[in-house]
Amino acid sequence: MTHLLHLIIEPGFFGNAPVRSALVAGGLVAVVSGIVGSFAVLRGQSYAGHALADISVAGGSASFLAGVSPLWGFAGVGVLAAGVMDMIGVQRPRGRDLATGIVRGAGLGLGALFLYWDTTHTSTTGATITILFGSLFTISSSLIPVIALFSALALGIVLVLYRPLLLSSAAAELAAARGISVRLIGVLCLIAIALTVSLSALTIGAILSTALLIGPAATGLRLTSRPGLAMVWAALIGVAATWLGVLLAYDSYYWPPGRHGWPVSFFVVTLILVFYLLSPRPVRRVPG
Amino acid sequence: MTGQPPAADPAEVLSVEDLNVRLGGRPILQDVSFTMREGEFTGLIGANGAGKTTLLKVILGLQPPTSGTVRVAGQSRTRRAGLVGYVPQKIGLDPDMPLRARDLVGLGLDGQRLGLPLPSARRRKLVDEMLAAVGAERFADSRVGNLSGGEQQRVMIAHALISRPRLLLLDEPLANLDIASEQDVVSLLGQVTREQGVAVLISAHDMNPLLPVMDRIVYLAGGRAATGTTDEVVRTDVLSDLYGQHVDVIRVHDRILVVAGQSGGTRVPPPSADAPAGPCEDEPQPDPHLAESASP
Repeated sequence: MTHLLHLIIEPGFFGNAPVRSALVAGGLVAVVSGIVGSFAVLRGQSYAGHALADISVAGGSASFLAGVSPLWGFAGVGVLAAGVMDMIGVQRPRGRDLATGIVRGAGLGLGALFLYWDTTHTSTTGATITILFGSLFTISSSLIPVIALFSALALGIVLVLYRPLLLSSAAAELAAARGISVRLIGVLCLIAIALTVSLSALTIGAILSTALLIGPAATGLRLTSRPGLAMVWAALIGVAATWLGVLLAYDSYYWPPGRHGWPVSFFVVTLILVFYLLSPRPVRRVPG
Repeated sequence: MTGQPPAADPAEVLSVEDLNVRLGGRPILQDVSFTMREGEFTGLIGANGAGKTTLLKVILGLQPPTSGTVRVAGQSRTRRAGLVGYVPQKIGLDPDMPLRARDLVGLGLDGQRLGLPLPSARRRKLVDEMLAAVGAERFADSRVGNLSGGEQQRVMIAHALISRPRLLLLDEPLANLDIASEQDVVSLLGQVTREQGVAVLISAHDMNPLLPVMDRIVYLAGGRAATGTTDEVVRTDVLSDLYGQHVDVIRVHDRILVVAGQSGGTRVPPPSADAPAGPCEDEPQPDPHLAESASP
């Protein structure tokens, strides 16, 4: 029995400090991504979330030049971009994709410049890999309080605004008729999405962070008709994918091709897809 | 009822005085004035583009008027939110949205509040009662986006009524409904008007489905309004004056048709200008489509 368990969980897994940090930080980020991501999916802002992740590459790569954790850059640039997207017109359905696309293009251009400087000036390709594909195993335990702070901020916004946000996501006209400022709610939600994406960019990489934002949320929405329960499911699925991913990445040290282990992001993203494909399609009642 | 004994003169819920709205330099509403009292069912009738939605948005406080005053239960614009319930025109709810009928009705109770909704027996009871009042128990736990048009209207009405507003506004709630659902929704609205003492203002391009329950009418044409009881307003002379051209009001059985008189065709014979608003003697050949295309 113990032997079988050791085949699945390598001895020393829980005793390993980087693994412990990865489990704590990854789990926290997965919870936030599941809940905030549910609102992103409900509001049809998946593309905006994706764009914010791409744009945050510019912040992450600038952080390397400045010598601070990429999390600060991801978050700073993400929140800034959310504000610019709102100014250009993300609140209008038709303007939304345009505003998102324009800001995303500019952000990626900056990212390309900073990444180029990262590799030429500091002559390290590690920066590019870290920013694009994450660094869950290299998160220092000193960064965990910052991760907790950003998580509390993002989660706090959507939990405090839960009801107005839900109503304006379902039917903006109903919310406006109750005196809710749909525009303000929209900006705050976009800021929460930007913060969330900055966290998942840190753990599984800027390129892949949308998977954690959208995948578990989309799966949760298929599992139940209750909005709150759908968010709980999304959080649980995200945590399961992240922790299983960490475990598999740890085990993969002994896998081919060469004793380096496989990237944890690969496992997380693949597991998210598997969970989505396994989830049942919601039953549609035929009207009439 | 709101606790007051049924007085001979029920309380005034809405007063609209000399309302003017211009959008982009174009006059949308001109000198519109009317009042509504508690428990009164008023039809806001006019063709598409007559200004019905604009008028509702001004009453809601979402559209500032160019001039004139609108008061809901004596309150001006800023304090109006809790007093007015609103059912917007056609909301297309996403079937993928995990939101049950009961969730949307619950958001009608406290959707503007901050923080998470804590489950409480009182809240659940209020929601259940409201769902029962609109006959929505059967699909209370279904996703709203999966309901039929008539079922969604019931849920919307419950959402708007659960916070006990003094005034209920509905924007074309009968559009896109089949005839059976149309009658269901109208009789439901007539019933809640009486039971809850709420004043109902409902916009429609066709007044006929509303005739059994309508106390008063606000007839909009070209941005101007004629108001009063149906018999006072829907008359050849009043509506011809409102449209600025001759129209005929034709009553067939219990339907009223408003027909443009100067179509120049042979379909409608030109009657005398002061024809009484009674049953039409000449063969009117009432084309039901004309009733909906009454704008000049």
